[in-house]
Amino acid sequence: MLTLLRNQKVRGILFQLLTVIGLVAFLWYIGVNTLTNIEQRGIQTGFGFLNGTAGFGIDQSPIAYTEENTHGRVFIVGLLNTLIIAMAGIVFATLLGLLIGVLRLSKNWLISTLARGYIDFFRNIPLLLQILFWYNVVLRAMPSPKQSINFFDMFFVNNRGLYFPLPDYNTTFFAMVASLGIALIGIVALNMWANKRKEESGEDFAVVPYAFGLLVLLPIVAYFLSGANLHFSIPELKGFNFKGGKTLSPEFLALTFALTIYTATFIAEAVRSGIEAVSHGQKEAAVSLGLSPYQSLKFVVMPQAIRIAIPPIINQYLNLIKNSSLATAVGYPEIVTVFAGTSLNQVGQAVEIISMTMLVYLTISLLVSAFLNWFNHKMKIKER
Amino acid sequence: MIFRSKLAKVSLATIAILGICSTTLSADTLGEVQKQGFVKCGVDGGLPGFSEVGSDGIYKGIDVDLCRAVAAGVLGDAKKVKYIALNAKERLTALQSGEIDILSRNTTWTQTRDTTLGLNFTGVTYYDGQGFMVNKKLGVKSAKELDGASICLQTGTTTELNVADYFRTNKMKYKLVSYDTNDQVLKGYESGRCDVLTSDQSQLYGLRIKLAQPDDSIVLPEIISKEPLGPVVRQGDDKWFDIVKWTSYAMITAEEKGVTSANVDAMLKSDDPDIKRLLGSEGQMGENLGLKKDFAYNIVKQVGNYGESFEKTVGMGSPLKIARGYNALWNKGGLQYAPPFR
Repeated sequence: MLTLLRNQKVRGILFQLLTVIGLVAFLWYIGVNTLTNIEQRGIQTGFGFLNGTAGFGIDQSPIAYTEENTHGRVFIVGLLNTLIIAMAGIVFATLLGLLIGVLRLSKNWLISTLARGYIDFFRNIPLLLQILFWYNVVLRAMPSPKQSINFFDMFFVNNRGLYFPLPDYNTTFFAMVASLGIALIGIVALNMWANKRKEESGEDFAVVPYAFGLLVLLPIVAYFLSGANLHFSIPELKGFNFKGGKTLSPEFLALTFALTIYTATFIAEAVRSGIEAVSHGQKEAAVSLGLSPYQSLKFVVMPQAIRIAIPPIINQYLNLIKNSSLATAVGYPEIVTVFAGTSLNQVGQAVEIISMTMLVYLTISLLVSAFLNWFNHKMKIKER
Repeated sequence: MIFRSKLAKVSLATIAILGICSTTLSADTLGEVQKQGFVKCGVDGGLPGFSEVGSDGIYKGIDVDLCRAVAAGVLGDAKKVKYIALNAKERLTALQSGEIDILSRNTTWTQTRDTTLGLNFTGVTYYDGQGFMVNKKLGVKSAKELDGASICLQTGTTTELNVADYFRTNKMKYKLVSYDTNDQVLKGYESGRCDVLTSDQSQLYGLRIKLAQPDDSIVLPEIISKEPLGPVVRQGDDKWFDIVKWTSYAMITAEEKGVTSANVDAMLKSDDPDIKRLLGSEGQMGENLGLKKDFAYNIVKQVGNYGESFEKTVGMGSPLKIARGYNALWNKGGLQYAPPFR
């Protein structure tokens, strides 16, 4: 027995086994203990509450929702709102981050200093404070609905949000959307063909003007072919608020704004470090090959910089998704606010609801990171 | 045996943790309160008249008085309370998890809360109803004219359920703007994010005096719900439940019998058997609850009777100036009634 224990391999397996048993026992104990305590106190358990009527209203919902819907539907509305805010944040933060990251490396002293000042300032202030700041700024600075700031009688801005016209969903609208889709597919195909031609013959093909033409012309053709029948529902002041069109609430705007500005600083730094990590010799080689500065950026620096920058940017996307739960501070109805907040309070089953909410963030984050890891793997230099 | 690998240390630590984590919450709140020497009381903390930190840094309000009364009855000193400010979302979970001993935070007694949460309401300390506050400039005279309005309210309350019901029954539409705390609700209303602020009527008056221009806002006449507010304790500790319940009853009985904080010492010599039993010079009322004989004496002496507490915190002696209404004693046209001390 003692000799067996002295065998390093056996000992290793034994301790791993003990750890696994210990961990399982620990989790099992926590579970049983929680359930016993809950039962002793007479608190309801189980997921039956998901079928119960919610009874409260939600202001912004991408799907139809009324007070008579269930807590299960509240969960879905919250989830969708979380995805919407995360998506908006990721898109804008990436665009802004790329821009600032490149500006940060500009040779122009003023531009690079401004970009640096922006990064240093917004990166070092807690996100929650920024959200509250922008929310209060938006609310205080904007006029009441009756004194709305008016753009062409179509767009309105006031302290209830940003109002803009929305096309009615009819044949013309769908035809134009479909034609845009076809135009995009066409552009991708054109690009692939141009690349192939360049590889074979070395001749450049200017894709941009054709792409632009496709994007503009196809929808116009579709508009006339489908009967030129495009109507917009235009927001109008009726009673207390605007009706018609689409609204972006101050909560949504403030949250998107704060998340974008905050996360963009980190993305900018990732981009900058990616570009700076490309060895100087590469740039010199590009110059000595006779590439223009633009060509050297496009064909030599960027492909290498992006590879280095992707992993830290993935982290920032994941942070942004998790940070969107701070929405609860301003009352934007995402999953933490409506489901882990209002629903939890109405049914009082904290263990179930909080677990579900945690699972949502875990799933979203794992999916995003799985996708981006795949993307990263694909982009990586293939060493053969 | 030598533990070379990191793994070995981790497994030992896991086993050690297992040994530590085997405590369950006991159901002897009274014993715990006596041992720790103070009552942990969950309050709002930012609601004038109910629970608010005064300019002197001391908690005040009708909800706070209940906490002080329990401390006076159980520990003999009304100051031995630890206040924990909670928002509407946190409050019930805080009580369930044992973070507080009593929840005295203008909480509406509803069937669902009473039956499914493992909690018990000990009674009603304030009969309230939900109302609406609007800016005078809107020219709205009745809640029936609020079709299409944006409404600010505190999330995690019965309020948002009542609003939904009211607008649905009256076939009106509304836009909901919900915040975590009353302070945020007020900020939203003041900055014009919403047209209407809805809450229990008592709170509306309390919030109105916090506005920069209180006179610009009016409280609409409609009351759309019943909101009996009362203290809450955990289910399964009947002893503690009885103590909190009879603390409120002691304050009501004291008012009924004319015993006040000023005359309670003189009342000790009273010939009225009801007063004698209440103040402990006769009978076993304190002992029955597991407390000292003079528990009610301490409550009245240090906190006052129900009427005193009401007038000082929300009534005519306060900036809120709320009339007694339903909260008058049963023999004065109200609903406040205590079973006999016998």
